Amino acid sequence: MAFNYDKYLRVNKMPTLWCWGCGDGVILKATIRAIEKMGWDMNTEVCVVSGIGCSGRFSSYIDCNTVHTTHGRTMAYATGIKLANPKINVIVVAGDGDSLAIGGNHTIHACRRNINLNFILINNFIYGLTNSQISPTTPQGMWCVSAQNGNIDPTFNAGNLAMGAGATFVSREAVIDPKKLEKMLVKGFSHKGFSFMEVLSNCHINLGRKNKMANAMENLNWIDSITVPKKKWDELPPEEQMNKLATGVLKEVEQPEYTDMYEEVIKAAQGKRGKITQADFVKKI
Amino acid sequence: MAREVIGNGNELAAEAAIDAGAMFFSGYPITPSSEVMHVASDLLPEVGGKFIQMEDEIGGIAAALGASMTGVKSFTATSGPGISLKAEQIGLGFIAEIPLVIINVMRGGPSTGLPTRVSQADIGQAQYPTHGDYASITLCAGSLTECYTQTVRGFNLAEKYMTPVFVLLDETIGHMHGKAVLPDLEEVKASIVNRATFDGAPADYKPYDVPMNKPAVLNPMFKGYKYHITGLHHGHEGFPTEDAVQCEFNIERLVGKINVVAAENDGLDDLPDYEEYMLDDAEVCVIAYGSIGLGAYEAVNKLREQGIKAGMFRPIMLWPSPAKRIAELGEKFKDKIFITELNMGQYSKEIERIIKRNDFTTLLKANGRPIAPADMVAKVKEMM
Repeated sequence: MAFNYDKYLRVNKMPTLWCWGCGDGVILKATIRAIEKMGWDMNTEVCVVSGIGCSGRFSSYIDCNTVHTTHGRTMAYATGIKLANPKINVIVVAGDGDSLAIGGNHTIHACRRNINLNFILINNFIYGLTNSQISPTTPQGMWCVSAQNGNIDPTFNAGNLAMGAGATFVSREAVIDPKKLEKMLVKGFSHKGFSFMEVLSNCHINLGRKNKMANAMENLNWIDSITVPKKKWDELPPEEQMNKLATGVLKEVEQPEYTDMYEEVIKAAQGKRGKITQADFVKKI
Repeated sequence: MAREVIGNGNELAAEAAIDAGAMFFSGYPITPSSEVMHVASDLLPEVGGKFIQMEDEIGGIAAALGASMTGVKSFTATSGPGISLKAEQIGLGFIAEIPLVIINVMRGGPSTGLPTRVSQADIGQAQYPTHGDYASITLCAGSLTECYTQTVRGFNLAEKYMTPVFVLLDETIGHMHGKAVLPDLEEVKASIVNRATFDGAPADYKPYDVPMNKPAVLNPMFKGYKYHITGLHHGHEGFPTEDAVQCEFNIERLVGKINVVAAENDGLDDLPDYEEYMLDDAEVCVIAYGSIGLGAYEAVNKLREQGIKAGMFRPIMLWPSPAKRIAELGEKFKDKIFITELNMGQYSKEIERIIKRNDFTTLLKANGRPIAPADMVAKVKEMM
């Protein structure tokens, strides 16, 4: 039987404002299937928080308590929502511009805190909604409206950034394979701690139009050409690794989760345990 | 029973927040407001509340707004540079109608300015902290007791009118350490206002479907009432719209729910919006607020000792201003009005707007130092 997406969607908000062939719809559907797999109650257990950009509209299409925040501050709003409501499953959706440029600071600190947020980074390598300006992941040498002579800005490898900042679950998939994407989301949603889930997506309209991938398939083929499963990536020589993005689970470790640690703060303040000291932590510096 | 406590203004404001029902604080350290954060980090977990020091000022308010969106009473504290950084998020608070108390302990500006010195130059910023049209509620504490009582009031107004509320302290009053008489705790608890909720069927719930000049009704999240919050213009259900009629209604309602309501009811609650001292038989009216009001009391007393019948008007709710009373004072005292403030005349301009004259006398200072009562006395004697 076909999967019933309507149960999870605000169907009266359809069609979405996303362009024909946009990967955001694939991610929305995979997210819904992952929520179903998790068995979360949309009435009482889920909050979807988004920022500004095409991905910002993600929150308005999912039928639960949803918040469309300001540009770049998505993670900070979500941090407040989660800390105030530790039992709620908070899904954060933001683009490469929102979470790596204007909101980069909040992103790295959410990774560092290891707060149990489920962060879906939709990386389409461009500012799509505002018509093709360079983002921190736009490849060097590509044309954009704000780099009319070609982009010279070096890129972030978002996964490396997240791992460096202390995220305990880091993964990457592309919209090319919705099944893999769904599996990755289920893994991330199940992880206790900050889950950094990068999804490589297409923007043939604004990345592709002047970079020889003006339709969705060309853009997706390019994404396919720059991705390789983690195991294979590990075996590549460094000069080839540089130009490929590893997919799959890149990091998965157990560390104390922030809202759990905060419960210990409450216990200490209420005299139910001693003050928190260095002895409580394995990693001391 | 009234309580006698020892503390500074910042500490009393933080204690007031917890007594008013706050269960969430997020912020970022900044002089001269940091003691608010220190006390919040100590007291909130005691009552099961949450405290988080965020990575920057913007995160400091965003997390608090996020918590408040879910139905948890929240606050943040900062000083002028912090408000500048928080400005965009305050705007989301206005348009999405999210209650939040923002304590601003004012220091000298602009920019980094005079971090450890007193100022009242964020008065205008409190009125219009962010882009767009809206109306701000701003309370200004003029004593240690008011650091407590006006913070409690700030929470109640935020919940009643579904909006961010500024509680202004200044460096002097924030760091002034002394005895304060606080209201009975049970009385405070009895005065607490909680935000209105919709109790009908979830399918019938439209959070922003309210009449002109009424606040939105935002139910606590995760209780079956699923809705959308956005910083975009939105229709009755909270979803984005660009409908011209709706957008016009939204802005008129955002401004009207505070300014029109305050004008019609002569205030936003039953508490005093100003204090008057020795004004009944006065021949000159001294207008001062915040910590400068403390010096103005002494100036009034000294002037009376020297045979000049002075009195004082001290606004507590700066925005919306107690315009009706200010207009009456303008009629009564004519050009015998003396305004003193720690900025270049930000509230003097409001007085001028209300009384439609500028024949008053001012004593203004913006160098980070307070205004001595003796200087006020000298200036009033000059004008008499």
